[in-house]
Amino acid sequence: MKKVVIVGGGTGGTITANILARKVSREAEITLISNTPQHIYQPGFLYRALGEIIDESEIIREERKLVNKRVKLVIDEAVKIDIQNRMVDLMSGKKLEYDYLVISTGSRIVPEEVPGYEVSYHFYSLEGARKLHEALERFKEGVVAVGIGGIPYKCPPAPAEFCCLLDYYFTKRGIRDKVEIHYLSPLPRTFPHEAVAEAITEMMEKKGIHWHPMFNIESVDPEKKIVNSLEGESLRFDLLVMVPPHRGAEVVEKSGIGVDGGWIPVDKYTLQYKDYSEVYAIGDATNLPVSKSGAAAHFEGKIVADRITSEITGHEPRAKYDGRVLCFCDAGFRKAIYMDFNYENPPKKPRFSYIWYLGKQLVNRFYWSLILSGLV
Amino acid sequence: MSSGEYKVDKVVDARGSHCPGPLMELIKAIKNVQVGQVVAVYSTDSGSKTDIPLWVKKAGHELIGVYDRGGYTEFIVKKTH
Ligand SMILES: Cc1cc2nc3c(=O)[nH]c(=O)nc-3n(C[C@H](O)[C@H](O)[C@H](O)COP(=O)(O)OP(=O)(O)OC[C@H]3O[C@@H](n4cnc5c(N)ncnc54)[C@H](O)[C@@H]3O)c2cc1C
Repeated sequence: MKKVVIVGGGTGGTITANILARKVSREAEITLISNTPQHIYQPGFLYRALGEIIDESEIIREERKLVNKRVKLVIDEAVKIDIQNRMVDLMSGKKLEYDYLVISTGSRIVPEEVPGYEVSYHFYSLEGARKLHEALERFKEGVVAVGIGGIPYKCPPAPAEFCCLLDYYFTKRGIRDKVEIHYLSPLPRTFPHEAVAEAITEMMEKKGIHWHPMFNIESVDPEKKIVNSLEGESLRFDLLVMVPPHRGAEVVEKSGIGVDGGWIPVDKYTLQYKDYSEVYAIGDATNLPVSKSGAAAHFEGKIVADRITSEITGHEPRAKYDGRVLCFCDAGFRKAIYMDFNYENPPKKPRFSYIWYLGKQLVNRFYWSLILSGLV
Repeated sequence: MSSGEYKVDKVVDARGSHCPGPLMELIKAIKNVQVGQVVAVYSTDSGSKTDIPLWVKKAGHELIGVYDRGGYTEFIVKKTH
């Protein structure tokens, strides 16, 4: 029996484990290590912050119920990944040997890397989303600034999307005219790709959202309530929503396999780590120039499951990741945009429509079944 | 690795990146190198030719060169502070 170990039971790890269980559970033992018994649907944080989700059971499930019964799920923390000796050490003291390793440990947030962050809010954890919701409910008038405290971060359109949803939220509360919304964009545009930026800028202008080009947050003055950019500009705020800086998982940093903040360098097509053809990394954990998104983790997980299946069944692994990412961006008022692109094909200028809003609702709904099972 | 007369300390291959895109990859790289070090970014994004020079200027770093490499563009940037 070959041994496949997958570290991290989030989006990418769960999909990979479920596909492998269907394809090679006779030939291999598939172990999924997760440091939490729960699986949380992170895009739900945005809606939790805005009060559209109050019942958190909508976005939290038991991981055991989401993985194929042929997967050995181990609830434990990986504390060391020893690539030389093909071994993963767990917090409990157990050591797991592997023939194939998939690292899908995602990212972690480190707000404390921005001086003065204590007065800011965010929607990058459930706890953060709950606190932001309370702050929004208390908010009656003034300036809300939404900016980015460090690159890279998960889901690059999320802060722009959040601004549009804030417009919707304050409109519903009847106080939109008392609130100024400012989007601090790290780029000269509202979105990395020009064609998409054009559509988002038009939408922001229509909604009266002020946007500031090239404003990468460097520090916050908590007393004066001023946010400063590394490009030398400042803005006074009443409420600051700051995407916290992200780093790779601690185990990645401690095991010495991450670069530039704990991101694992992998081949952009095969997803293999350096010369270790038996070691793969997927999703947010990698150093690839693709967005840290559930969609990328999903497509990469399928490729890695396919490659490992080929190896175990004695075939040449041929599956290659083409850089595909797809993304829905909710603009409020039941309108959204949809983008689908890969390394070779950039996104086209999207159109805001009700259809894509429904598309986003469908993804939210089918995440637990169709997506995590790896059937789509 | 060297490009022209400059020693490049870090190469960022952002070819095929549409989101987060080459400029975000550059901002991340600049954060992770020392003052005085040089970063090379490879980009296939048509927007890079305007947005990379704009950001480098605004952030006060130095754009050492822009080279057409046939199929992609290479931007060489020095971290100055
Ligand atoms: C507000 C918000 C909105 C988003 N919206 C979208 C969207 O609309 N579309 C989209 O595609 N993506 C979206 N994302 C991003 C998406 O949620 C992530 O990119 C995706 O979950 C990444 O999957 P992953 O498997 O790489 O990591 P994760 O799903 O984060 O999973 C990593 C897992 O590894 C575990 N782990 C870490 N270290 C260890 C260890 N040492 N031992 C054991 N386990 C460990 C973690 O606990 C976690 O369960 C959003 C994210 C946020 C925060």
